[in-house]
Amino acid sequence: MKKEPLLKRIRESRLFWPLVALAIIFIFDAIFEPGFFKMGVLNGHLFGNLIDVLNDGAPLMLAAVGMTMVIATGGVDLSVGAVIAISAALATVLINPALGKHLISNDILTKDATNTPLPIIVLVCLAAGTLCGLWNGLLVSRARIPPMIATLILMVAGRGIAQLITNGQIMTIYYTPYFWFGNGFILGLPVSIYIVALVLTLASVGVRKTSVGLFVESVGINSKSTYYSGISEKNVKLLVYTFSGFCAGVAGLILSSYVHSTDANNIGLGYELDAILAVVLGGTLMTGGRFSLVASAIGALVIWAFTISMYTVGVPAAALLAAKAVLVLVVILLYSDYTRRLMNRLFTRKGPQHGATD
Amino acid sequence: MAQRTKRFLFNNAPLLIVISIFVVAYFIAGRVYPAMQKPQVFFNLFINNASLLIVSIGMTLVILTGGIDLSVAAVLALTTVASAALLNKGVSPVIVMPLMLLMGIVFGFTLGSIIHFLKVQPFIVTLMGAYFARGMAYIINLNAVPIENIVYKTLGLTPIHIPFLTHSYVYIYAIVGPLLLLVAIYLSFFTRFGRTIYAIGNNEQSAVLMGLPVGRTKIMVYSFSSFCAALAGIVWSISLLSGYGQYAPSMELDAIAAVVIGGTLLTGGVGNVIGTLFGVLITGTIISILQFNGTLSSWWTRIVVGVLTLIFIGIQSLFYLRKKHS
Repeated sequence: MKKEPLLKRIRESRLFWPLVALAIIFIFDAIFEPGFFKMGVLNGHLFGNLIDVLNDGAPLMLAAVGMTMVIATGGVDLSVGAVIAISAALATVLINPALGKHLISNDILTKDATNTPLPIIVLVCLAAGTLCGLWNGLLVSRARIPPMIATLILMVAGRGIAQLITNGQIMTIYYTPYFWFGNGFILGLPVSIYIVALVLTLASVGVRKTSVGLFVESVGINSKSTYYSGISEKNVKLLVYTFSGFCAGVAGLILSSYVHSTDANNIGLGYELDAILAVVLGGTLMTGGRFSLVASAIGALVIWAFTISMYTVGVPAAALLAAKAVLVLVVILLYSDYTRRLMNRLFTRKGPQHGATD
Repeated sequence: MAQRTKRFLFNNAPLLIVISIFVVAYFIAGRVYPAMQKPQVFFNLFINNASLLIVSIGMTLVILTGGIDLSVAAVLALTTVASAALLNKGVSPVIVMPLMLLMGIVFGFTLGSIIHFLKVQPFIVTLMGAYFARGMAYIINLNAVPIENIVYKTLGLTPIHIPFLTHSYVYIYAIVGPLLLLVAIYLSFFTRFGRTIYAIGNNEQSAVLMGLPVGRTKIMVYSFSSFCAALAGIVWSISLLSGYGQYAPSMELDAIAAVVIGGTLLTGGVGNVIGTLFGVLITGTIISILQFNGTLSSWWTRIVVGVLTLIFIGIQSLFYLRKKHS
């Protein structure tokens, strides 16, 4: 095997572009807002903008990891936001004693008031997410409905279901142990980061150390030929949608724990779109094929680093959406075929060097 | 003759099913809630869903080419805010309305150009458009702005009485949708532009090989969709007499659902705008039923629309996928 020049190997790496984007954002911060990188220790844990990026970005990273595999099979999962809402709504309803026999009184507000033990709440959240994912997967793989429509159904109906669960109310959680997922710290770092790391590691190992990743990529490249080579593409699709639902379930858990409440209308709103953006930032093509879970997670971090930088620089929250649009436009331009060809022409010396890269 | 009827029925089965479902749903609703038998309730469907109908018509053409436009709701919101801001500055509506429509066309033209020339998925591009339009709306004004303009008030509050029916009326802005529908029917069935849309939706590559102006048509379709969205925004601001960046949240999904219920395939090439009209009417009927019931909460709308979409997709796959495979 011929060894590629180092520069080219770096440039061809899946992590290159997302890291460049992250670096550009940080350089921008360093120039315009030197205080951005200030870190401190408070009550034995770190705080600062970088920690905020990690902590706030955790749910999106999870959603993006789940979304990556779905997009790698050539599909898309639009129901992420709705699944987050369902999972969060279930958690809140299980915790909130106000729905039980007791009324909310002052001593409940300060104490660890819950209707259900914590492990069961977590399990129910994860199970709800997984079930939603399974439903999507069944629609896509067994009923052969195009992914966009199949998941659109849950996207439309999901928020309705979440509101049905919470009875249309914004529900507040008064249960301190539950806040640990979104606000706790282990060794000075937010708990949510450890959860992301755990899911990411498990998924990466599961994907790369077994043949699942290969199956996923082959389904994305050509579903029919995958079928003819004896791989059950139905089950591969079922698996990725279920996993995406599972990730969304975890994200819902963290988000509701982070904000101490569930507003079925707004929790996780727009997460499906941000997750897709993160995956595209991570270099996975919307048409399917090669993917990288870590790159997508970094893509999610780029989005949040961008968001928090904008806040720090003083862009009003109102203008943030427009700024995000500019970000997407830049990404679109960078990743388009045209730019790729241009880059290759710039970096590749003329001569018979073309051919397979690995 | 019998065979021709059979073929007609088979070819238009989804449309006929949609129409019959609408009629049956409306009939049952009328039996359960006698107040719904009043003709005015039927015309209210057009009044309440005026914007949705317009947006859905534009969306139908985009989906027929196999694309999707997620930016329509945001363009609608931007239009309401921008026109409110301009009108309150004292600009004449005669200038504001064409300006808004022009803005819509330019917006869609830009999106369509990016989609066509950079070969990016419509999904991502229009998503960017949605972010951009909402962001611009928030930059113009974060709050809801009332519109005091006399022309808008006249347009919004003048009822037109329906001939032969007493006590029934529609507002002026409710007629825009049906008129646009006629235009869209003409465009999609009787012009080269329309037939090219179907050709692209069925197979873009063959359309290119046939020498059809694929790029131009695609850009025009997205321009038309954004034009419809801007028109819907004008209608919306006339009907509510205000502009607000958070108007019409997730209306793009309602529009897509209406288009799907109306029998248009999301893969493109199959379906028509007439079905979309009934898709919108069915959605409207569901909302009316929930309102007449009174005890069901509004979130049932979402669930029912989701379930309906599912059912219609089932019907679609029965009719079309079988046909394609056989």
